[in-house]
Amino acid sequence: MEKKEIIIEVENLVKKFGQFVANDNLTFKVFKGEIFGFLGANGAGKTTAIRILSGLLEPTSGKISVAGYNAYSQRDLIKANIGYMSQKFSLYDDLTVRENIRFFGGIYGLYGKILKARIDELLSDLKMTEFKDDLISSLPLGWKQRLSFSIAMIHKPVIIFLDEPTGGVDPITRRSFWEMIHSVANQGTTVFVTTHYMDEAEYCDRVTIMVDGRIEALDSPANLKKTFNANSMDEVFVMLARKAKSA
Amino acid sequence: MNNSKPNKFWGFALKEFRHIFRDKRTLLIIFGMPIAELLIFGYVVTNEIKDANIAILDKSGDYLSQKLTSKLASSGYFIPTTYLYSENEIEPVLRSGKAKMVVVYEPNFAEKFFREKNAAIQIITDASEPNTASLLANYAGSIINSFASENGANELRSSPIDIRVRMLYNSELKSVFMFVPGTMALILMLLTAMMTAISIAREKELGTMEVLLVSPLKPSHIVLGKVLPYVGLAFINALVILFLGYTVFDLPMRGSLALLLLVSFVFIILALSLGIFISTVSKTQQVAMFFSMIGLMLPTMLLSGFIFPIENMPLVLQWLSALMPPRWFISAIKTIMIKGEGIAYVWKEMLIMIGMIVFFLTLSIKKFKVRLS
Amino acid sequence: MNPIIVNKLAKSYEKVNALKGISFEVEDGELFGLIGPDGAGKTTLIRILASLLLPDTGKASLVGNDVVKDFHEIRKIVGYMPSRFSLYTDLTVQENLEFFAGVFGSTIEENYYLIKDIYHMLEPFKGRLAGKLSGGMKQKLALSCALIHKPKILLLDEPTTGVDAVSRKEFWAMLGKLKAEGITILVSTPYMDEASLCDRIALIDKGEILSVNTPKGIIALFPQKLYGISTPNSFSLLNHLRTLPICKDAFLFGQEIHVTTSNSNITCESLHDLLSNSGFTNSTVTLIEPTVEDCFMQLMGNNR
Repeated sequence: MEKKEIIIEVENLVKKFGQFVANDNLTFKVFKGEIFGFLGANGAGKTTAIRILSGLLEPTSGKISVAGYNAYSQRDLIKANIGYMSQKFSLYDDLTVRENIRFFGGIYGLYGKILKARIDELLSDLKMTEFKDDLISSLPLGWKQRLSFSIAMIHKPVIIFLDEPTGGVDPITRRSFWEMIHSVANQGTTVFVTTHYMDEAEYCDRVTIMVDGRIEALDSPANLKKTFNANSMDEVFVMLARKAKSA
Repeated sequence: MNNSKPNKFWGFALKEFRHIFRDKRTLLIIFGMPIAELLIFGYVVTNEIKDANIAILDKSGDYLSQKLTSKLASSGYFIPTTYLYSENEIEPVLRSGKAKMVVVYEPNFAEKFFREKNAAIQIITDASEPNTASLLANYAGSIINSFASENGANELRSSPIDIRVRMLYNSELKSVFMFVPGTMALILMLLTAMMTAISIAREKELGTMEVLLVSPLKPSHIVLGKVLPYVGLAFINALVILFLGYTVFDLPMRGSLALLLLVSFVFIILALSLGIFISTVSKTQQVAMFFSMIGLMLPTMLLSGFIFPIENMPLVLQWLSALMPPRWFISAIKTIMIKGEGIAYVWKEMLIMIGMIVFFLTLSIKKFKVRLS
Repeated sequence: MNPIIVNKLAKSYEKVNALKGISFEVEDGELFGLIGPDGAGKTTLIRILASLLLPDTGKASLVGNDVVKDFHEIRKIVGYMPSRFSLYTDLTVQENLEFFAGVFGSTIEENYYLIKDIYHMLEPFKGRLAGKLSGGMKQKLALSCALIHKPKILLLDEPTTGVDAVSRKEFWAMLGKLKAEGITILVSTPYMDEASLCDRIALIDKGEILSVNTPKGIIALFPQKLYGISTPNSFSLLNHLRTLPICKDAFLFGQEIHVTTSNSNITCESLHDLLSNSGFTNSTVTLIEPTVEDCFMQLMGNNR
């Protein structure tokens, strides 16, 4: 494999909640511009890992660096350099498109002319200039999703975390969303994504499958299918996740 | 169908008890809050009335006026801290808060007392705190009266600005007597109304109400099943409060205990029907909480005669206070406990409360939806 | 008479037309899937059927009971599982079951055979608080609670949303067994891959039904040939395909790109050559059978 810039480096990450081990000795690297899929059954420890990597939670032990920052002492710097989008599209329904963008831009320290320019850029990229004064609540779901994604990218983060970004979205919108993810990754942003749609696992450069807090498999979709002698990522996933013992 | 009905209710009540006993916060609110609130109110109030600073304007300065002043001082309620020399000083000393009450002796106090049998004392209190003011005036009046009879004269007149009739029966001058009924009203109101409102709203929030609606249960089953446990808990609370009032604050129990419990029971049902009503208009626990706080707690505190005497309110507020359920409860239990009167004197309050129950329940049943939205 | 009859049902909220006059029927003992994305009107429809919402116009009936007039009857024969997790999180598994059994005037033992298999999986955790269960287990518990009074009709609103692929498979296996018990099941889902597990499906989008048929029937109605193209670099091939005039639609489907063309003379070979000439040399082109998702997207396209 050619030498790539490492963006996330995790060595022996452990996170315990009391007696419960949510993340059991995770070790992996994520490279610049990679689409890194993070799969696992409910309760396998995905959410915990994402929270640690995005600076929301302090790990129990292990060496973790995200975008060059330490996950213990530099959590604020991590937060400033990543983007995050959850399945709930955290936009304000009672604000307009423009007001939402301006608000989130402000949070990430954009102001004045830079903010204004960024808002216009974003609106024209999304082809939503016309609708900039519409309330979020009046937008179709697919638009909200794209807007939410763009807003998570407003400060041009080096990594973006997407937590089930396509849940419940119609199949056409779901695909155009993945095309958006791909173009962002092509421009050098690292994408860290979780999903319950197994076909989406195929769009990732590499995929991790977590079972019971541990990483059970980590490779490209093609190699995983080869290793487990499976026709699809769905089969690979079911094969691995069935091993889970936790309820 | 019929033989499964008690089963349904029992299941509901059991579930509700489990919710309550599994949530330590709820448990603390239900059993900790009444005791804490009662003790705090009780002690804060007694402390306030003890050791009140007063000012003396002794225009007479003879042995009798000085003797009375020292009697006031030795009562334990008053500390004469300031001595005034002219009437002009009265207002500033009250306004600055240096004294809560001013006692003014007329000139030649002893002479008038013995010769004319008509010596005047003016008591001026700071009525911006009406409760304290009237209490102080009453205490002082009572001390002065006993001083007068000790000194062989009954004609000594005091002229306080406001003597509360209530004090007439409150011969030991214990302010706590006024606060225990108020606190009891407040606690029963908050607990029962707020807890039922919140617990029904919680089912809506959780989505379990959806499942309950799509079941053969009738809305009245759902509501009664939810409310039943709170009737029991509230009643236990009422008993605890009365017990504490009796043991810790030496509250008198002059009337019939059975009647008192009956009145409390009616009030609990009233609070519950209010809670049910609130829950029919609120979709989330937050809204239910908000309505209970603003709609129940504040009016109970401010308008029911708990803190501010109703007689001192502007007329509009007096009318408003007549709409406050706790007002009638407080009035009824005072009549029973302190005056020792029977049903003949509280039937009006009971009737009003029952009327309110009917009103709120009818409204709730009308508003309760068998469907969503 | 069919157990579920929906006739020109319409419902609108302040701004949106959630249902635009839809009609379909579910046959006795059928496992019927309502398939569509969020905002398609699935929840509204199921709530109307559960007698929780009133339709604006149109009629619907369950086993002959009108959802508006006879809602008391309906509530006796329906098992309903809302899309949100709707159990008491502070009660244990066992307590939840007991409570819901009590609500329906039944006991766990009475219809134990129905929930036996599910209960078996839950048994090790029966003393655990429902709030502390994993997503898959919660969903199984909710299903048990909806089944406990042996309903004639089961209405399940997105039972598998947010649940991992393994739990989803287990859940569908359970639905298969319930169907065998003779319960008519209406289940909604946004996951197109679950369509093939239903006897018949209705594809629904924006308050309208796009098609009602068996999954095979829907696939058979796909109007064009569908080509599957595999290549190591799908995204750039996708962009290239979209520039080609002969390409009608091109969508990513996992490792493949599914392509339809407007030119009936195209063959796998000619398509392959066309791509090779543009530099996509190591791609393979095969004629494939469409999936329900292909059909949905095609119908959605027609609808817009």
